[in-house]
Amino acid sequence: MIQRTPFANALTYGVMIFGFLLLIGPFIVIVSGASQTFQQVNAIPFSFVPQDRLFENMGAAWSRASLGTAMLNSFVMASLVTVGKVALSALTAFAIVFFRTPLKGFFFWMVFITLMLPLEVRVVPTYAVAADLFQPIRLLISAITGFEISVDWNLLNSYAGLTLPLIATATGTFLYRQFYLTLPDELAEAARMDGSGAIRFFIDMLLPLSRTNMLALTTIMFVYGWNQYLWPLLMVTDPQYKTTMMSLVALLPADNGTPDWNVTLAGSLIIMLPPLIVVAVLQRWFVRGLVATEK
Amino acid sequence: MDKRAAFRSWWLPSLFALPQIILILLFFYWPAVAVLRWAFTLEPPFGGAAEFVGLANFQEVFADPLYWNSVGISLAFALCGTLSTIFIGLVLALAVDRQLPGSAPFRFLYILPYAIAGPAAGMAFRFILSPERGLMASVNAAFPDFWNPAKYGSHALILVIVVFAWKWAGYTFIFLLAGLQSVPRSLIEAAAMDGCGPIRRAVDIQIPLLAPTLFFLLVIMMTEGFVGADTYGIVARTTDGGPNHGTDVMVYRIVEEAFRGLNYSGASAQSLVLIGLIMVFTFIQFHFIERQVHYK
Repeated sequence: MIQRTPFANALTYGVMIFGFLLLIGPFIVIVSGASQTFQQVNAIPFSFVPQDRLFENMGAAWSRASLGTAMLNSFVMASLVTVGKVALSALTAFAIVFFRTPLKGFFFWMVFITLMLPLEVRVVPTYAVAADLFQPIRLLISAITGFEISVDWNLLNSYAGLTLPLIATATGTFLYRQFYLTLPDELAEAARMDGSGAIRFFIDMLLPLSRTNMLALTTIMFVYGWNQYLWPLLMVTDPQYKTTMMSLVALLPADNGTPDWNVTLAGSLIIMLPPLIVVAVLQRWFVRGLVATEK
Repeated sequence: MDKRAAFRSWWLPSLFALPQIILILLFFYWPAVAVLRWAFTLEPPFGGAAEFVGLANFQEVFADPLYWNSVGISLAFALCGTLSTIFIGLVLALAVDRQLPGSAPFRFLYILPYAIAGPAAGMAFRFILSPERGLMASVNAAFPDFWNPAKYGSHALILVIVVFAWKWAGYTFIFLLAGLQSVPRSLIEAAAMDGCGPIRRAVDIQIPLLAPTLFFLLVIMMTEGFVGADTYGIVARTTDGGPNHGTDVMVYRIVEEAFRGLNYSGASAQSLVLIGLIMVFTFIQFHFIERQVHYK
């Protein structure tokens, strides 16, 4: 360092350790509680010492909330949202950045505006669309031709219903757009000189170059998809399609039942793990992606 | 931006953009128009023709004291949540940015809560900050009724703000750390030569230079607090909007009104007000980003 600053250094370590307790402390409480017996978890004062019942409690939580189905559904949902977002964002950004077309501005604004309204504020009509997908088309046809047609298709209780409305926003498109804009102009020129077409250029040049971006977006979107709460709650009535977030309710001790919080905490731990692992593994790219979206 | 446009074709880019455009039309634009339509009509919940009622839905919403309660709760939630995430993130970023020996792992650890879903975190915090067990039980044993979120609305509001702040503090930390690392090292060294200690340097040099990032985070986190994907989930799984509407944030109320009360028109009118608020936030944000670009 530039100066000798023993006091400031001590303060810095103090702050960092306090930050650790604040942000990681809850995980320690969850793991300790999840590994204790019913008596231990309800003891006053609470003991932070982990015990040996973690896997038993996890097993109890797993069967109580039938987490098998829920984990699988959440995994499918998060993966589909991730793949859908990454693919559509890369393609749309490619269309916006690398082509000279009169529709460019239209695409750009069309996508850009979606940043403004998250699903939560238009959840009621979005639900109505998902429950009756062809309503817009029916209305359009009857307005133009005067005919009433009766086709309908609802997305309730399906993976399409769980994922498509979440894919329909612009977050990733702008991450890709920013990245494409930082590439040198000569890249596409050179590709054209070499006689490779747009699709060739996209697959052979852009996709490999945007690996960092893709991993960043993958992390963000997997967490986003896994952590969805409200939308699956509305979309799903069939237990076959329920997600982990919906199983939380089943894990909570009943008001007048036994407060077996050890099982509840073990269950939440299982549900927290997949996105936690993804963020821990892909952290480096995820951080780059976040900072890149800002600027 | 145009000079990069290397390929000339109109059908190929259209084809590439088409899937996204179709999804957006169906699940974004159509519902957005429907909110607008429903807010001014009376939509019978069990079908039948909608009737245009002008501003009647808004009048009804604004006449409801519970609505104004939820506006106040939402403001308090978003503001306190935002300020605490930014404050924690800033203090931690300043500490980690000094790069003392052993500080590297903290960078990694602080970000982990971001991965946790609001509802799951909320449920864990119901235990961690429960009045009868967990961390607060000992305090309550010494001072009875000191902490009881199941009974007092204000305690419940603090509880949901804690969950929000816990989940998002690492996120603001990343942005602020990135901002701090772009502060020129020479500036810090020059100040150190002049005998400025680390604390003076933070207050007089680093924090002022972070102003654009701080402002950006203020807008982002306010939006997140008002309408973020997690806000509904945190409230629903931590306090259920209670006790006595003490944590009844605007998004929670809209969903309750629509899906439990089957009052689509009222919910749409409320959504429209909320959309107006977000647009104001977004406008401020763009205005500010434009200015930030000018700085560079």
